[in-house]
Amino acid sequence: MRQPTCFQDVIMALQDYWAGAGCAVLQPYDMEVGAGTFHPATTLRALGPNHWSAAYVQPSRRPTDGRYGDSPNRLQHYYQYQVIIKPSPPDLQALYLGSLEAIGIDAGLHDIRFVEDDWESPTLGAWGLGWEVWCDGMEVSQFTYFQQVGGHDCAPVSGELTYGLERLAMYVLGVDHVMDMPFNRPDAPRPLTYGDVFREAEAQFARYNFDHAETGVLLRHFEEAEAECAALLGQPEIDPKTGRRIVMALPAYDQCIKASHVFNLLDARGVISVTERQAYIGRVRALAKSCADAFLLTEAGGHAAPARS
Amino acid sequence: MPDLLIELFSEEIPARMQARAAADLKRLVTDGIVEAGLTYAHAGTQVTPRRLTLALEGVAEGSPDSVEERRGPKVGAPDKAVEGFLRGAGLAREDLETRADKKGEVYVARIRHAGRPAAEIVAEVLEATIRGFPWPKSMRWGEGSLRWVRPLHRILCILSGPEGHEVVPLDVDGIRAGDVTEGHRFMSPGEIRVSSFEDYQAKLKRAHVMLDAEERAGTIRSEAQNMAFAAGLELVEDEGLLAEVAGLVEWPVTLMGRIDEAFLDLPAEVLQTSMREHQKFFSVRDPETGRIVRFVTVANRETADDGATILAGNQRVLSARLADAAFFWENDLVVAKDGMTPWREALGSVTFHAKLGSEADRVARIAALARELAPAVGADADMAERAARLAKADLVSEMVYEFPELQGVMGAYYARAAGEAPDVADAVAEHYAPLGPSDAVPTAPVSVAVSLAEKIDKLAGFWAIDEKPTGSKDPFALRRAGLGVIRLVLENGLRLGLRDLFANGPIWEVVRKDINARIGELEADEAKKEVELSDPEFRGTILTRTREAISEELASTKDKLEHWRKALLDWDERQNAAPADLLSFLHERLKVHLRGEGVPHDVIDACLAMEGSDDLTLLVHRARALAAFLTSDDGENLLAGFRRANNILAQAEEADGVEYSFGADAKHARTDEEKALFAALDQQEPAIEEAMKAEDFATAMATLARLRAPIDAFFEAVQINTDNQIVRRNRLNLLSRIRTLCLGVADLTRIEG
Repeated sequence: MRQPTCFQDVIMALQDYWAGAGCAVLQPYDMEVGAGTFHPATTLRALGPNHWSAAYVQPSRRPTDGRYGDSPNRLQHYYQYQVIIKPSPPDLQALYLGSLEAIGIDAGLHDIRFVEDDWESPTLGAWGLGWEVWCDGMEVSQFTYFQQVGGHDCAPVSGELTYGLERLAMYVLGVDHVMDMPFNRPDAPRPLTYGDVFREAEAQFARYNFDHAETGVLLRHFEEAEAECAALLGQPEIDPKTGRRIVMALPAYDQCIKASHVFNLLDARGVISVTERQAYIGRVRALAKSCADAFLLTEAGGHAAPARS
Repeated sequence: MPDLLIELFSEEIPARMQARAAADLKRLVTDGIVEAGLTYAHAGTQVTPRRLTLALEGVAEGSPDSVEERRGPKVGAPDKAVEGFLRGAGLAREDLETRADKKGEVYVARIRHAGRPAAEIVAEVLEATIRGFPWPKSMRWGEGSLRWVRPLHRILCILSGPEGHEVVPLDVDGIRAGDVTEGHRFMSPGEIRVSSFEDYQAKLKRAHVMLDAEERAGTIRSEAQNMAFAAGLELVEDEGLLAEVAGLVEWPVTLMGRIDEAFLDLPAEVLQTSMREHQKFFSVRDPETGRIVRFVTVANRETADDGATILAGNQRVLSARLADAAFFWENDLVVAKDGMTPWREALGSVTFHAKLGSEADRVARIAALARELAPAVGADADMAERAARLAKADLVSEMVYEFPELQGVMGAYYARAAGEAPDVADAVAEHYAPLGPSDAVPTAPVSVAVSLAEKIDKLAGFWAIDEKPTGSKDPFALRRAGLGVIRLVLENGLRLGLRDLFANGPIWEVVRKDINARIGELEADEAKKEVELSDPEFRGTILTRTREAISEELASTKDKLEHWRKALLDWDERQNAAPADLLSFLHERLKVHLRGEGVPHDVIDACLAMEGSDDLTLLVHRARALAAFLTSDDGENLLAGFRRANNILAQAEEADGVEYSFGADAKHARTDEEKALFAALDQQEPAIEEAMKAEDFATAMATLARLRAPIDAFFEAVQINTDNQIVRRNRLNLLSRIRTLCLGVADLTRIEG
């Protein structure tokens, strides 16, 4: 175990560790999402009978958490590290503890505990049971056994691990303000802090999220994404052009992701009332549910491949 | 007799579910084996975050043999019927016995069931227990379909005796029972083979698992107390937190840390709540200043650096948490020092209840009521109103948004910061109290006024909209509010006519005004339209309204008017009935409350029937005096005398069709005993009357008791019914004096037994 010295050391140690544990190390999904769970590699792959194992960094956006770069630990754009293994292996807890060791947390000196915390995503129609993992009183990860996604029972059950990378790295590196955290090695020819990379972005996006995101446009985007998702799923399974069976679950799910993010932006702009809020969440959930239904009709979702002639 | 040891070893069980799960395991397994005919001497359970354990001592070797008798078809029944019966019973025809029945000879099968060995029964019962375990929430994992609270890894199930132990053969979805468990996850990883409960307990202790939750809690408590004491400080006890923390660790290690200087100025309640809710830390107080200065955290392991790394980490996390709390506190103080206006305005958009308006509406009602109550509770009316106006302001503060349990407490801090009088600030803090039967009741007059007003408004409000508690459903905690009113009145000795307060409370006005306003608007609209239509020249207005359109609108206005007028009528009816109903709800709560004191319910009923029963203080004085009186010898006999008089009177009144109530005259008295009773009544009546006027029930009843001897003597010697009607009527009227006198004290006819 090599003690990490900067943010990217932590990320690379996790990548190495989970690659070693047999996960496919994926790259971030190229859309704005609120959490790593939204990546189709988690949401959709948790569905159906096929085995799966992946790990990836996912940039995540939570517009309401923006603090113009001033807060020591709140960011509107941050990174999550996500691991999903299906079926959940019997030694998942031990595997997880190994990952903490890999980033320099010595279980012999620290107090690591599994504290009840059940996970639920109302927008994804998903829930699972598990814990938040505490290290010396700090929540360092979310550990969940998925029970349902998009309203479907998960069988087999996926084990999902989510690490809040900034918080975890700050803890490992002993940094109190996220902007002071070394991003690359402090002994590099051009050492950069997290603030050097992101402070400006945090301020600009906070201003945009809170005051300038055009709500009329966003509302329209929401409607459009919703309509397009439905339209894609309404197409016949057999593509008339190629004559092949192509269910467009993934493009439809992209629209679901888009609608979800637009909703988050609208929420940050404060234009959604309490009653409307529930209605919007319900609309996103309906999209997620129909995408989940469609995914189960694809080969990745376990739909039997047509016999080759 | 062997002992049975069961351990279900899983990933971390939520702390809040552990105690219940241990009890369920014991119940399900012991019920199951007993039902299968297996006896045991003693059962004990243990639970840690990772294991549920059940140990049964003195389990029988097996269940006894038994014989089951089954009645079959009649002798001579068709072969088919007999063969079917034989198949069901698993017997041959020659095994059957015959027996005489009402209908004749019938076949009887005696089926022998051999006893079964304990292991077989235990395996069956444990499997059923695991598969049907009543977890509040359970899950599947991996590729299996078995459900448990978190993945189940091992089943340890052994029967052990002097000759050794045997594993109970059992396999639940691939988890095979064995005699192996594991130690502490970090301090003693690896398998442990055990042969009995004593062996298990001892080996686990060596493997850093303290099996007994009580022992873990006790260790945490005493270590935390010692650490605090050694530093000249004291631990803030918190039993709920202690139980939770004991459910998060197998090997508790208590560590005490400092709170960063920068946060020591935060209110103690904020420190304590933030530490408890977010970090599960205990608070440590400086007994001299009352301030929270340290924390105690409980780790799940010992370390080479004696917890230094763990403590440093916890301290950093706490600082980040408290930085958030300090941020809320400072933001709130700015608003508070400015007079809290934005908060009080914001209460207008916080709904209290859809039918009862916003929190701002509620504050206005409570303020009016507090003002009205002030003289009766000895409070300054301006202060009571002021405190009521500020009481709910903290609901929209940042701190209370984060920690709802700090409502009231924060309000008081903010009121002080705003420069309000100490009595006002205290009332803001105390106006929710008492929150339960053991919570202290406010005694400061301003606090009492606001607290009472808050509860009376709440009760009257929910009675006004007919949302009363039913059965186990009491979503607005109205029973608690009712008990609050009772305790506030009794413990402060308040003299209040609750009926008027319920009936005339501002809530009725609010809802009534709302209906009246609607009716007013509709009437104006109706009148305007009627005027327009009454003019034959009227052709409509510039807004293209035609006569027809207006006629239609008028009809709809009239419909609406009818609806609201009816609502108003119903409203009057409800306003008339609801205060009495609410009062009887309070009387029911009062009976429960006084039962704890040993005042029987019939005594309370006897007093409830008297005038002024909405004055709870008076009511309880009377009830206590009566309860004491009735347990005395004089009281018991006087009650017997009263009953006798009352019965004789009731019979005579029924027979004669008149009421004997007046006109007893000593000149018609014939016997000495009769004369003596007249004299005693003449003598004691004024004294009783005077005591009653002074509400001195004890004296009134003691005086009443002096009539016992003359009454007893009277009944002993005097026959009421004589041929002389004048004498008879006079005696009945004399009895009526006794009845009236007794009933003036309490309705003794309600006393049972």
